Amino acid sequence: MSERVAVRKTYKLFIGGKFPRSESGRSYIVQDSNVALSSRKDARDAVVAARAAVKGWAGATAYNRGQILYRVAEMLEGRREQFVALGVPGDEVDAATDRWVWYAGWSDKLPQVYGGANPVAGPYFNLSAPEPTGVVAVVAPETPALLGLVSVIAPAIVTGNTVVVAASPAQPLAAVTLAEVLATSDLPGGVVNILTGRLSETVPTLASHMDVNAIDLTGVTDAELAADLEVKAAENLKRVLRPAPTDHDWSADPGITRMTSLLETKTVWHPKGV
Amino acid sequence: MTATATSARSELSELGRSETALRTFLHGLPGVDQVGAEQRAAQLGTRSIKTTAKAQAIDLAIRMVDLTTLEGADTPGKVRALAAKALRPDPADPSCPHVGAVCVYPAMVPYVAEVLRGSGVHLASVATAFPSGQAPLEIKLADVRAAVAAGADEIDMVINRGAFLAGRYKEVYDEIVATKSACGDAHLKVILETGELATYDNVRRASWLAMLAGGDFIKTSTGKVPVAATLPVTLVMLEAVRDFRAATGRQVGVKPAGGIKTTKDAIKYLVMVNETVGADWLDPDWFRFGASSLLNDLLMQRTKLTTGVYSGPDYFTLD
Repeated sequence: MSERVAVRKTYKLFIGGKFPRSESGRSYIVQDSNVALSSRKDARDAVVAARAAVKGWAGATAYNRGQILYRVAEMLEGRREQFVALGVPGDEVDAATDRWVWYAGWSDKLPQVYGGANPVAGPYFNLSAPEPTGVVAVVAPETPALLGLVSVIAPAIVTGNTVVVAASPAQPLAAVTLAEVLATSDLPGGVVNILTGRLSETVPTLASHMDVNAIDLTGVTDAELAADLEVKAAENLKRVLRPAPTDHDWSADPGITRMTSLLETKTVWHPKGV
Repeated sequence: MTATATSARSELSELGRSETALRTFLHGLPGVDQVGAEQRAAQLGTRSIKTTAKAQAIDLAIRMVDLTTLEGADTPGKVRALAAKALRPDPADPSCPHVGAVCVYPAMVPYVAEVLRGSGVHLASVATAFPSGQAPLEIKLADVRAAVAAGADEIDMVINRGAFLAGRYKEVYDEIVATKSACGDAHLKVILETGELATYDNVRRASWLAMLAGGDFIKTSTGKVPVAATLPVTLVMLEAVRDFRAATGRQVGVKPAGGIKTTKDAIKYLVMVNETVGADWLDPDWFRFGASSLLNDLLMQRTKLTTGVYSGPDYFTLD
């Protein structure tokens, strides 16, 4: 019997819950695998998918979102070996799984920590509640490949935002494998969209896109590009998270600022019954 | 003009005299090659239209839009707002052209007429017991006269599909003739409701029937049945108007309606018009899109071309 021929995998994009090739048909090679090289049109399509998903995801109950994020952690746990085979250390996979669980727990607690009743001098209730800002563009950090990625995606989506993630050009395999985890985790299509390829092609499109509400520049290391992106983002007053310092410790307690940076506050006055 | 062409024309104009002659003519039309039509339409849909050509196509498509609202919930305020949008689709950009027409129910015509007067934007009204067409002829004609009296200069009528599918072509023909005369100076668009005609052969027959009876435009659909305008159906209708002009010298317009939502779709139609009937039809007087949400997508794409950045639905009105 002849020797079995290995089934080689093409790492494709993740847009709207599907795995399309780049609209441009291009690809590049990382770790001997073909990875889609996305174009600005892929970025545009990803924003359309993310926008379409906002209503359902932001409208889901916090409890439901928490359950789905926990489900992501379950699926990630099951694929541990696959990430290890890609070169992600086992400890990092465990830490990434724990981080999903940690953020999952925040889904129905953040509104109590970050919102609440305001004292007012009148016969009213005055309540502030956090609301998701909408579509968030995220530039993932290069290292750590998996923990860094999870640490930027989970805080954005747990509150009801949807994201378009530009994966690190050097580390796309972990990102696309994470997309496979997300696709099997009851996460509605379009909540997370992942683009692989050159940042200089996709991220400026996202930064200038009028239908994107916030941009997280964590993974941008080129100071000139970062400045350009911030200028573009100013056009429609996007919320901007600035690039992370190169010595950022991703294993440390992340705190809640990543979540609260991507929120709006809705305040309502309600007359008190006499 | 040759003697044979002249006699062919007079023969065509005689067809409406008898049921038998009409049936013989309509059933004598060559059958539509279904696979071929669908293949041809799909192939024309693959053309890539970019940069300056795209900018021209978008402006042309905006000028061809029949901005439509046909809801039970239409109010005078809503149709006035729509008419204002028809005049200045993009208030932020004065170079943006106005649309072809506003299309409303007869009861809403007076409110739209106030806004559009003297602007060059046409005012279309559906009539003849839209969308089913299932009402007595006198009522349909009264519907048309009321719309014209209120200020509509284009009437979108529905054909009697019940009679057409039952093979009573003369009845359909006579209804169109009667409606045309009730229109007076107003242009008559004949809605075939292709989604209910079942076959491309029927679409071709209905197109010819509507043109023989004097329709100024043939329109695919009401937008009220699940299957609306498709590329292959529009292709069959474009071929019919081309052949009709060759046979009679009279040019008839085409209006696909329903289900055209994106700029990409609209450009596919424009490519098909150019390739099937030629540039003579690339004009709002001869080709229209019946649409509502299409306009916002056209405006978003137009903004992308003028500003260089992708726009979003937040920046355009909800109609």
